[in-house]
Amino acid sequence: MAKRIDVDNLDAYYGKTKAVSGISMTVEPRSVTAFIGPSGCGKSTFLRTLNRMHEVIPGARVDGRVLLDDEDLYAPQVDPVAVRRTVGMVFQRPNPFPTMSVYENVAAGLKLNGVRKADLDDVVEKSLRGANLWEEVKGRLKKPGAGLSGGQQQRLCIARAIAVEPAVLLMDEPCSALDPISTLAIEDLMGSLKERFTIVIVTHNMQQAARVSDRTAFFNLEGPGRPGTLIEMDATEKIFSNPGVKDTEDYISGRFG
Amino acid sequence: MTPPPPTRRPATTPGGQASPGSVPGPPSGGPEAPDHPSLRGRGGGRAGDRVFLGLSRGAGILLLIVIAAIAGFLLYRGINAIKVDQGNFLTTAGWDPNGLKPVFGVAALVVGTVLSSIVAMVIAVPVGVGVALFISHYAPRRLAQLLGWVVDLLAAVPSVVYGLWGTLFLVPKMMGIHTWLGSYLGWVPVFNQSQPGAYPRTLFTAGVVLAIMVLPIITAMSREVFLQTPRAHEEAALALGATRWEMIRTAVLPFGRPGVISGSMLALGRALGETMAVAMVISQGFNVTLHLLDPGTSTTIAANIANGFGEASRPVGVDALIASGLVLFVITLIVNGIARWIVARRKEFAGSAA
Repeated sequence: MAKRIDVDNLDAYYGKTKAVSGISMTVEPRSVTAFIGPSGCGKSTFLRTLNRMHEVIPGARVDGRVLLDDEDLYAPQVDPVAVRRTVGMVFQRPNPFPTMSVYENVAAGLKLNGVRKADLDDVVEKSLRGANLWEEVKGRLKKPGAGLSGGQQQRLCIARAIAVEPAVLLMDEPCSALDPISTLAIEDLMGSLKERFTIVIVTHNMQQAARVSDRTAFFNLEGPGRPGTLIEMDATEKIFSNPGVKDTEDYISGRFG
Repeated sequence: MTPPPPTRRPATTPGGQASPGSVPGPPSGGPEAPDHPSLRGRGGGRAGDRVFLGLSRGAGILLLIVIAAIAGFLLYRGINAIKVDQGNFLTTAGWDPNGLKPVFGVAALVVGTVLSSIVAMVIAVPVGVGVALFISHYAPRRLAQLLGWVVDLLAAVPSVVYGLWGTLFLVPKMMGIHTWLGSYLGWVPVFNQSQPGAYPRTLFTAGVVLAIMVLPIITAMSREVFLQTPRAHEEAALALGATRWEMIRTAVLPFGRPGVISGSMLALGRALGETMAVAMVISQGFNVTLHLLDPGTSTTIAANIANGFGEASRPVGVDALIASGLVLFVITLIVNGIARWIVARRKEFAGSAA
């Protein structure tokens, strides 16, 4: 079940350093939302606050509210472990567990959720099909996941993330370590995944944002040495044709960043 | 530090012959080779390479010679003893090599050695891995540093000190646990007590002392590999909704497995060969027995050598001890072989932990 995300005036810190300041936005369910912006503007940091992965780093903390269909992820009684089961994540570099086979990698999250062994086969196949990987790996499910190509590994990580049926899928520059053909495979995949999940993707590739996303958020630093913030967010077509803020136009037309 | 000045050779002229024994640095080139000084290197600048190659190769060869010398010595003297043995060296339980009719065999010693080491490993591996995990993933940094330092200190204590502590302090304190194990778990053969209330100078107590002695080896090796777990794998597990313990089970432990096994095998090697502490703690006997809690029934190979060497007759008594040393040597080799096999078995899955 895809869910809507409402962020209300969120700040993120690393120790005393404020990395992200005053972000409010709405992410629509069953759509792809892209975060773009220059390096170091806090897109990835902000993304990681959406499933409480930010606070895994020692000293990191968050102020503000993130509502997932009206439930505050940062409410005191909320368990971050449960949040991460609902909001899945795919990382910049493919990170399959090296000691596990293809099958075990996909099943890793399911085992944590206590899915019965008898049901695993079905879910693993369904997830690998969902990640457009089944046809390529069905004959080598028992082989190490780390033995696949980079693009296949990243789709394996997507299969692993969607196997636990999250409501939201966060993708932190999922194609930046991949070749163009693997990138294309993952972009195609996002088109089909958004029918079931809310997808948020951080990307440095503006063509990619334009190709895959329905809405685009542009982040920038408030100034040199200042925290990152959301400049504007709108329908992707509008951002790329007629942005409301001059900084956005400068960035997407390649004048800086 | 400046490198030793390379012995500069004059730019070789076509046809100039290299002195015998010296490896020409630059290719000597044909008669019409064009003169490209920039490609000629520093003439004798490879001397460092040659010296280092010689040193490292020499060190490797020296090591092989030492091992071969030890094996040869053990074999030669051991065979001498086995030739005059009136019993069967492998199956006799008893050690009487000093009389006119020497009868001795390693059966009881091997069982005692293996049993005490198993006790040590059963205690030390879970505790060692637990301490390593606490240091690497749970403790606040300062506490982790302190704890790591204390564990390393444990490794620096001489084994005779463990022996003193074991025999004077630990043995009396082990009375209670012996009685408890004997009365509640006595139906398990290893915990069967044939002399309840006997002073606990037993294989079990020796195993506990050994466990403490090998703990730092297991902890230090495990801690190092656990700390090397890639952050990406830990985050992958956390992002799937793993608790901290589940993250350790899915990402840290599988990654660290080869290191834990290597550390455990090093520890096992030390436990098998540990001499002084066991000799001081145990009350020795020469029966083949599985009863860990009975004193005076068993001992280990190394402890028997230490205890028996002083009054051993020459040459047979000493040679008999050397023969038992050969057996210990072989046991240790087998243990190392098994460890290598375990680590190599899943090499395909070892990832970057290989």
